[in-house]
Amino acid sequence: MSTDGDNTRRNLRVGSDPDAALERAAAEHGTAATEAAASRLAERAAHHESATDTLTPPPADGDRHADTGATGGGTGISGQSVRLGDRVFKGLAAGSGGILLVVMAAIAIFLVWKSIPAFTDNEGNLFTTQSWNPQGTPPIFGVAALLFGTLVSAVIAMVIGVPIAIGIALFISIYARRRAATALGAIVDLLAAVPSLVFGMWGLYFLIPNTQGFQKWLNDYFGWIPLFNNATATTAAQYGKSLLIAGIVLAIMIIPIVSAVCREVFLQTPRETIDAAWALGATRWEMIRTAVLPFGRAGMISASMLGLGRALGETIAVALVLNSGFRINWHLTEPGGDTFASTIALKFGEAGGNPVAVAALVLAGLFLFVITLIVNSIARMIIARRKEFTA
Amino acid sequence: MAKSIDVDNLNVYYGDFLAVEGASINIAPRTVTAFIGPSGCGKSTFLRTLNRMHEVIPGGRVEGKVLLDGEDLYGPGVDPVNVRRTVGMVFQKANPFPTMSIYDNVIAGYKIAGSRKNKREFDDIVERSLKGANLWEEVKSRLQRPGAGLSGGQQQRLCIARAIAVEPSVLLMDEPCSALDPISTLAIEDLISELKVNYTIVIVTHNMQQAARVSDRTAFFNLAGVGQPGRMIEYDETAKIFSNPTQKATEDYISGRFG
Ligand SMILES: Nc1ncnc2c1ncn2[C@@H]1O[C@H](COP(=O)(O)OP(=O)(O)O)[C@@H](O)[C@H]1O
Ligand SMILES: [Mg+2]
Repeated sequence: MSTDGDNTRRNLRVGSDPDAALERAAAEHGTAATEAAASRLAERAAHHESATDTLTPPPADGDRHADTGATGGGTGISGQSVRLGDRVFKGLAAGSGGILLVVMAAIAIFLVWKSIPAFTDNEGNLFTTQSWNPQGTPPIFGVAALLFGTLVSAVIAMVIGVPIAIGIALFISIYARRRAATALGAIVDLLAAVPSLVFGMWGLYFLIPNTQGFQKWLNDYFGWIPLFNNATATTAAQYGKSLLIAGIVLAIMIIPIVSAVCREVFLQTPRETIDAAWALGATRWEMIRTAVLPFGRAGMISASMLGLGRALGETIAVALVLNSGFRINWHLTEPGGDTFASTIALKFGEAGGNPVAVAALVLAGLFLFVITLIVNSIARMIIARRKEFTA
Repeated sequence: MAKSIDVDNLNVYYGDFLAVEGASINIAPRTVTAFIGPSGCGKSTFLRTLNRMHEVIPGGRVEGKVLLDGEDLYGPGVDPVNVRRTVGMVFQKANPFPTMSIYDNVIAGYKIAGSRKNKREFDDIVERSLKGANLWEEVKSRLQRPGAGLSGGQQQRLCIARAIAVEPSVLLMDEPCSALDPISTLAIEDLISELKVNYTIVIVTHNMQQAARVSDRTAFFNLAGVGQPGRMIEYDETAKIFSNPTQKATEDYISGRFG
């Protein structure tokens, strides 16, 4: 109470006379400071003038442009001043862009051209037939099961892999102390360099035997969810190759690239945005939610797309842990399941010289190409949607 | 409501480096206190100890006491998160959240704390805070536009609105006008005078006219020498500091005869 009284008195006191005193002080001080600054400036200017006198004058424009053949020199500001480096760089940039487009177009044309027999000779329905027998008479095949397997295994990989990758990236870039962060970052980068065959073998010889109990448990307790129901196995030992396993292997394969990109993105979060969150009383997680994740949104999407690209296109690791069946089967732990990439790898040998069989595989490649384009376009649209809200 | 700040013999470290040594200050509620002094003498560092923002820098630590209405901010069992909700801060560089609209920026403090207010309540908070920051008239028609799309001065007032939206007891400002044009600076100085009615305000400024215009009391910081820690040289009524300082270093500094 007494302090309150003091304050009121204090405020009153400040409110009456000292205000004027303050203004006076400010004005006085202003003059002093301004004068001091002005004199310092004048001094410096004088010094500067005398200094430039002794310097050699800068070369005339003409000298600078002589070797590039530009017309700037001597004639004032009219004319062009394009340097050789500019032209070379512009040419290189435009050229690379052009080459990229040409290559993309060439791939697309090649895929369409080579897969024409698959369209014309197929007796099944390309989109709905759940079978793959392009070298039979008549050839009957369809991409339904391949599309299903490709998308489902990629979705499993994303659902498992992306959150883990983001978690690792957050840990490395925000939680961990510098030494631990460096070590962990190096390990993750190393994981990215492991050949995919190794992941496939690991999935086959380690993951499958060691997750049989877990898969049985999934069936026993969550079997009422069709995804986890398994009608083909009665004992744990009967659980084997499946889309779930393929998805898990893919998840592990995409973690390094996704987390490496996310880590770099999170490290770019501006210091002042982070400070803004801290100053509002954010806990560490609230700070991440308010400052780091929104800032990294576009980067996280791009990183996920890189991972998705890898998951969609992965060939050998998936081929090792899938039992080809060419059937759409929502029971993820049951055997069977095919992806475009694994089918191309597995069926290439038996396609031999059969033009329709080869065309069918090229067609699978065409589908993979188109899916990747679609997925990337969607990602771009998501990123662009709130562009004005990004830093 | 506004609270007093009492600092007793505070040492502030970055790791082993002692940045500010033996700072003591008593700040009454509902006053404006200015920190002046040459660059690198620890004004920002000291300011950031008043809401425990200093600790977010790795190695940042303090020795001593900072009492907020008698309660030690650094006492055992005090959560820095709660301290920062009580002591708001405005930074040198306006830092609205780049991914948020003007509206969301103002209520960011509530969203961070997971507050369950309804739309009407948030609308009221946004209007009250933006009016409090003298920004309402300029932005009321575009509350859903990005906060980062405003001018520098408007962004800084948005940050002030965001800080006062959560009704802190104290408002810390670290050179809030140093990146602004004279008109925006004046707008913020006016605002400080208005906010003084409800808040205890501590402002770091390089502009001595500003210190003289807005503050009741002024603290002068200085470096004892290169590699030495910064110290609070003198702390007194602003009028006294600018007209009749006790210390020679203060007089040299305010009269521009420094260094
Ligand atoms: N993040 C940091 N890490 C280490 N030293 C710092 C950091 N920030 C500031 N310092 C040091 O602390 C001292 C005071 O700095 P600062 O408080 O920013 O000064 P002022 O705000 O008065 O210009 C300076 O010597 C500066 O180099
Ligand atoms: Mg500073």
